[in-house]
Amino acid sequence: MNILVCISKTPDTTAKIAFTEGNTKFDENGVQWIINPYDEWYSLVRAIEIKEKDPTTNIHLITVGGPEAEPIIRKALALGGDEAIRVNSNSNDSYVIAQQIAAIAKQGSYDLIMTGKETIDYNSACIGSMLSAILDLPYVSLANHLEVNGNTASVQREIEGGEETNEVILPMIISCQKGMAEQRIPNMRGIMAARTKPLKVVEPLATNAHTSIKEFSLPPSKTGVKLIAPDQMDELVKLLKEEAKVI
Amino acid sequence: MVLIYIDHSEKEIKKSSHEAISYGAAIAKQLGCSAEALLLGTVNDDLTALGKLGASKVHQLNNESLNNFDAKVHASLIATAATNLNAEVIVFAHNINGKAIAPAVAVKLDAGIVTGACSLPDLQNGFEVTKTVFSGKAFAHIKIETPKKVIAINQNSFGIQNFEASATVVEMTLPIPAASVKVTNVNKIIGEIPLTEANLVVSGGRGLKGPENWGILLDLAKALGAATACSRPVSDSDWRPHHEHVGQTGIQIAPNLYIAIGISGAIQHLAGVNRSKTIVVINKDPEAPFFKAADYGVVGDAFEVVPALTAAISKMKHNE
Ligand SMILES: Cc1cc2nc3c(=O)[nH]c(=O)nc-3n(C[C@H](O)[C@H](O)[C@H](O)COP(=O)(O)OP(=O)(O)OC[C@H]3O[C@@H](n4cnc5c(N)ncnc54)[C@H](O)[C@@H]3O)c2cc1C
Repeated sequence: MNILVCISKTPDTTAKIAFTEGNTKFDENGVQWIINPYDEWYSLVRAIEIKEKDPTTNIHLITVGGPEAEPIIRKALALGGDEAIRVNSNSNDSYVIAQQIAAIAKQGSYDLIMTGKETIDYNSACIGSMLSAILDLPYVSLANHLEVNGNTASVQREIEGGEETNEVILPMIISCQKGMAEQRIPNMRGIMAARTKPLKVVEPLATNAHTSIKEFSLPPSKTGVKLIAPDQMDELVKLLKEEAKVI
Repeated sequence: MVLIYIDHSEKEIKKSSHEAISYGAAIAKQLGCSAEALLLGTVNDDLTALGKLGASKVHQLNNESLNNFDAKVHASLIATAATNLNAEVIVFAHNINGKAIAPAVAVKLDAGIVTGACSLPDLQNGFEVTKTVFSGKAFAHIKIETPKKVIAINQNSFGIQNFEASATVVEMTLPIPAASVKVTNVNKIIGEIPLTEANLVVSGGRGLKGPENWGILLDLAKALGAATACSRPVSDSDWRPHHEHVGQTGIQIAPNLYIAIGISGAIQHLAGVNRSKTIVVINKDPEAPFFKAADYGVVGDAFEVVPALTAAISKMKHNE
């Protein structure tokens, strides 16, 4: 089985969110980069678990990003990817990124293309769905469980207030979230092996962006907390009802 | 024309789609065109009543098989309908199913898309939509450069409008593509309010010490009619189910009221809940970072404060 795992680089969850160049660019000063947690903990680790059960599985990683994305791709290889492809583009338009991934996907015969449910920076949740349209493949999103049996996948996805199990004939695209697998730490052997695993760099296809970011802004900060004494719960209820008007 | 996709489950239109219709109607007003809704499948709701939310027409593909959600089939039908109806803007709720299909529809229509939108478009310099980014820690103002546009609106960010109008229902026929997924099992927790659709949420953290102590929190949720949530360590320790985990790596929610009990307010937790309209924090540590993000705070022991709050709520409800 061949799996393509989409990997995105995102700022660490504790990174300070600030902007430069007239609020048009994310301020990368001092930012630590990580693999988008949904890509790493859930999608990649589940792919690795599938390979552990069936060692003939190939796990290819793809990232669309500049050379600064290479450390996170090496980390993903250390966790257990077999080889990686970096498409050398810094676009932040989901459509352009999906087109790059689709172009690579078309060259391999992948049974499963996996993404995280969204990235923690742009929170767009677009790539899996876009890939399904470009590649004309079935798509199950927000999956928290996946079993593969021959050419059939059984995928459990989140629905409002519960879960639903879908049976899908491969190839397919799946976006992963919590429940799918558990976070792992790369071991020394993995880190050593990752150094020599293939990491191919390809130039992007020319594709026109459909959107552009004009500006970023920060939400207004809270004006300050109103403290209520623990024995004044009637007062709190009154405030929620009459001042905040939420109950 | 602005076309709004209506999402439904168990024959009922989702609340997030009501909001999407109102949002789409407001865009139609800006553009001086009509707002029309698209329903794939069948529901028990009175479709003419969607006029109250701002839809002048409801196009319905009246086919039971579409009540099972299939992202590939649904996206393809929506794109065809949007083309046939000449829709300029297609609106989705940024909910579970919306996330699965809106981007695919955008690709099929060669349309730019903004998901997680939280504002009406600004038409002064083209078509600019604000969306939440960095898990609610910032906004991005995004220009859609294509003639057709797709927008998926964040839940609980626009509100529901009320007009004195009724919608006409128009039956639509389209060839239905072969199913790409087979739904083999549905497991819905009956009677529980889904977290993403809830107006009121009561959430617990490690400060509650163990799963056996959740009773006080559940009592409060019951008194309020609220959904329940938790912090990551709580679901990681299996004190509560995974689907209750909110935060940067869990579910992001934006209810009207979020009550945080025994949660410290780590940055990753706040990222999932900071779009809530009102935040109440109950924590025994006055230095807990969550107080900085709160509207109302109670410094005290949850085991005393929460039952007292539940009693006060019940008293208020009783007097209503
Ligand atoms: C990459 C990454 C992603 C993460 N994603 C998430 C996420 O999505 N969601 C999330 O929640 N966390 C996430 N975390 C974890 C986060 O950093 C915190 O560790 C976590 O939120 C803390 O949970 P807590 O507030 O329940 O527990 P604690 O931080 O242990 O806080 C417990 C609180 O309870 C209070 N307390 C104790 N006893 C009482 C009492 N009797 N009455 C009242 N108050 C009491 C204490 O004062 C304390 O403030 C993430 C971390 C990382 C590194």
